[in-house]
Amino acid sequence: MEWYWIPEYAPKFLEGLWITLQLLGLSIFFGMALAIPIGLVQVTGPWPLAWAARAFCTVIRGTPLLIQLWLIYYGLGSLFPFIPGIRETLIWPLLREAFPYAVVAFSLSVAGYEGEIMRGAFRGVPRGELEAARAMGMSPFTVLRRIWLPRALQNVFPTLAGEFILTLKSTPLAATITVFEVYGVGGIVRQETYRIYEPLLFVALIYLCLTFVLVVAFRLMERRLPRRTA
Amino acid sequence: MPDAPVPLPPAIEVRDLHKHFGTAHVLRGVGVAAQDGDVVSLIGSSGSGKSTFLRCINMLEAPTSGQIHLGGEQLILKPGRDGLVARDRRQLEGFRARLGMVFQSFNLWQHMTVLQNVIEGPMQILGLGRAEAIARAEAHLARVGLWEKRDAYPAYLSGGQQQRVAIARALAMDPQVMLFDEPTSALDPELVGEVLKVIRELADEGRTMLLVTHEMRFARDVSSKVLYLHQGQIEEEGPPEQVFGAPLSDRCRAFVASVH
Repeated sequence: MEWYWIPEYAPKFLEGLWITLQLLGLSIFFGMALAIPIGLVQVTGPWPLAWAARAFCTVIRGTPLLIQLWLIYYGLGSLFPFIPGIRETLIWPLLREAFPYAVVAFSLSVAGYEGEIMRGAFRGVPRGELEAARAMGMSPFTVLRRIWLPRALQNVFPTLAGEFILTLKSTPLAATITVFEVYGVGGIVRQETYRIYEPLLFVALIYLCLTFVLVVAFRLMERRLPRRTA
Repeated sequence: MPDAPVPLPPAIEVRDLHKHFGTAHVLRGVGVAAQDGDVVSLIGSSGSGKSTFLRCINMLEAPTSGQIHLGGEQLILKPGRDGLVARDRRQLEGFRARLGMVFQSFNLWQHMTVLQNVIEGPMQILGLGRAEAIARAEAHLARVGLWEKRDAYPAYLSGGQQQRVAIARALAMDPQVMLFDEPTSALDPELVGEVLKVIRELADEGRTMLLVTHEMRFARDVSSKVLYLHQGQIEEEGPPEQVFGAPLSDRCRAFVASVH
């Protein structure tokens, strides 16, 4: 085992770590922003929207994330240059990067899985609590914002936390579209030093530490939530 | 009668309410009117439609036809998918804010503390500031005897305590009429008394209330008027002495005798 390369590559790993965290954070943010309406419309209707949400979840959960990622990056990404005038727009610099495609793919994945969880979460909130809110004169949006959503999130928070940790461990897939997150940096080390196992072990250790930090963070957040009904 | 004084509109008046569930005709023209300070109890066996009637008043159930007036203002209804719905959502929300509802199963919001439950409506619906809402909430919690529990979560309270919080939550909206939907039916027998005591105090201080209940003795004590419902119709209506003491309807007499 040779570890002499660590100091040399430490700055790169730090950059990679930052990219991993950004990818994870943005995917959870945008993914949940989609998952909430996706879960909600499956409970409230109208049926065309519920059906579309259902289909979306089925497709996302039924196909490998790697293929989704490649379809979005190589497929969608190769179509954009053909749109006339797009190179002059402000979003073009973004479209040339790989990172935004990774964020889109991972967000859709989070939306698909967590949309399914949110569907159950919304359905699981006791009807009477929503009736109490309505009977008091709350508008539908206030009921959602103050009662239904927080109550639903509270019920599935531990499940969501586990899902987010799974998402973390999917992020190495982004390396396949040239996003140099932690695993991607490990690949660089392997190519340049011809060492195979040490970079892999080092990368695995980083993910282990990240998971540990996330588990602790989620547990602290969970403890701040009110205890669930006995 | 040209010289008669214009009477005050009833605090609440429901006229000729019908409700179909599919092919079942569960309410067949039920009406009620209560003046300020009236306590109207609705009694009847299970399935007589009394809870459905109460839930139609604030449109938790959609009536098939009928009219609802609150303080002389009529709720404008239009045909919807499962019955009548409010034409103007804002008007309905205003009506509901003036109707305090207490449910059989308490329905406290489990993700909020007792105090948060009670300040929620005043802050979100009435637009009260936090300090004012808390002051109001603490006063109502004190009167139902649960001020010390204000930071507890509902899951840690007994059924009787939860129902008293639910009453405080409804009172905090300063409603014109209180609707009680079998408020003690989900309680263990030894907890019924503490809830009835609070409701009785509200009656004594002149709150206008509609009360669906199985507590006959209580209904007899607090009501200014009692309605006996049978198969979606009012079978007997009158002061408690009449309904419980000398009912005109044989069915009502049998019912009252069976539950006493």
